[in-house]
Amino acid sequence: MQGIPISHFLILSAILFSLGVIGVTIRRNAIVIFMSIELMLNAVNLTFLAFSNYLNNVEGQIFVFMVMVVAAAEVAVGLAIIVAIFRLRETVHVDDIKLMKW
Amino acid sequence: MPITIGTRDLIAILPIAVVSLFGLYLLLQSVFAPRMNRIIIPYLGIVGVVLALVSNFVLIGMDTTAFEGMVRVDRLTVVLNFVFLITAALSLLMTISYHEQERVEFLEFTPLVLFSTAGMMLMGSAESLMTLFLGLETMSIALYVMAGFRRTNRHSLEAALKYFLLGAFATGFLLYGMALTYGMVGSTNLTQIANYFAQNALDVKLVALIGLGLIIIGFGFKVALVPFHMWTPDVYQGSPMPVTAFMAVGAKAAGFAAILRVISLSAFSISFHWTEVMWVLAVLTMTVGNIIALVQDNIKRMLAYSSIAHAGYILVGIVASNDMTVPSVAFYLIVYLFMNLGAFAVATMVAGQNERRVKIQYYHGLGRTQPLLALAMAIFMFSLAGFPPTAGFIGKFYIFSAALQSGYVWLVIIGVINSLISVYYYLNVVVAMYMHQPVDDKKLPGVLPGVGVVILLAVLGIFYLGIFPGTMLSVLR
Repeated sequence: MQGIPISHFLILSAILFSLGVIGVTIRRNAIVIFMSIELMLNAVNLTFLAFSNYLNNVEGQIFVFMVMVVAAAEVAVGLAIIVAIFRLRETVHVDDIKLMKW
Repeated sequence: MPITIGTRDLIAILPIAVVSLFGLYLLLQSVFAPRMNRIIIPYLGIVGVVLALVSNFVLIGMDTTAFEGMVRVDRLTVVLNFVFLITAALSLLMTISYHEQERVEFLEFTPLVLFSTAGMMLMGSAESLMTLFLGLETMSIALYVMAGFRRTNRHSLEAALKYFLLGAFATGFLLYGMALTYGMVGSTNLTQIANYFAQNALDVKLVALIGLGLIIIGFGFKVALVPFHMWTPDVYQGSPMPVTAFMAVGAKAAGFAAILRVISLSAFSISFHWTEVMWVLAVLTMTVGNIIALVQDNIKRMLAYSSIAHAGYILVGIVASNDMTVPSVAFYLIVYLFMNLGAFAVATMVAGQNERRVKIQYYHGLGRTQPLLALAMAIFMFSLAGFPPTAGFIGKFYIFSAALQSGYVWLVIIGVINSLISVYYYLNVVVAMYMHQPVDDKKLPGVLPGVGVVILLAVLGIFYLGIFPGTMLSVLR
């Protein structure tokens, strides 16, 4: 990574993270929202790797493994919940899923 | 560098290991065992939790870190382990009754409770951001599944989806905060993070503050601080009742455990930066929770908003950030455990099959039809509202006196006003039980043994801690 300063990585990951946040807030399809969340997690991974490389410290890379493992488990559970909702309601549009309202 | 795992490391995580291994064993049992043996799975789960409780006694008096500084065992760890394990045991007892009442079998339910408990205990003994994160996700992912356990029920699935999407969203913020903190400090070890903030107290880098702020948002979501509370009422209402109880107590206690571990450790030294933020969060959380609870006619939603308000009270103790913070918050968590699980146990009984009777109107006349159940519910309501001689009063008293000791007079005044507001909706339930005629003459079935034990233990706990708080407090100090 010689020649590419760490700020480039951090700015890129901040942009990716913001895109994820915007995606979660404006998209209404549960699967797209979920994809946006995954984008946020990957932005975090990039941040960890950039810092890990910059600090010459391996902890950040180990953390990325943890994040990947957890993200995989979240995909398994999350998609199962979305599939179950679709079977029952024939929709994954979060605006239609509003039986309970405060 | 070779990594060695010694006996000392294994002892440090003994309760966590016991609960996890039991969870794995029961998962296999629920798949392979013949039909007859499946009924005993929740009972075996309770056996596992009790074994873990016993093994937790081994940790008493230890003050050390294990696994190369990933896990910390100290007094707080032990107390929190007791809180989580008792919550798990009582929730499993409620589950047994719930199975009888609904005539369903949630086979994988018991292992999920155990895994979730293991995650909570990992959070309570975290000494590294990594351990904290793993514990949080072990807890949450199991809870997402549990929230949607009645997968043919629209409300339950909706609760699961909302909890999952918002929970994963909050995890994103939490992780980003952890990444930024790691980048600034150069380590994920909590003690080193605390040292970093102590050394640079006057000149903390903005990025490190943003990191800490994002971590607060992440945990604020888990403990339902306003304005990160929007999911709470819906998820509490939609989830099956034992899950709601487990979530309301266990997940909240775990979130506060994490806040105690991260924030108070690091933030003692930069208190002027963050106490104002926490001060505002505490006031918002108490006030919004209590005021919206006033207009709820569904007992589960009412208890959900009440749990938000209680998160606000606990936050008052954390804002105090003095040497009374940890004992007063830990004491409040124990008290909160008994009164909330008790209230949910009564609500499970009254709700009946398919949880049809969750409106407050179904509590009308309960004092005549089910005198003991109504008496227990009245005790829980008085304790939640903070009347002496119940434990709720002592808990609030210690929290508020911790805040007074640090000079937060206005915060305490707002807290007391909030307690007064909350009296209205708690007493509303008592009035409904004793001063109204029943809406229908549908007889409640007798109290099921599992729920009965939970209610009895909760009442005993409330009076014991309310009348003899000294013993517990001297342990916590």
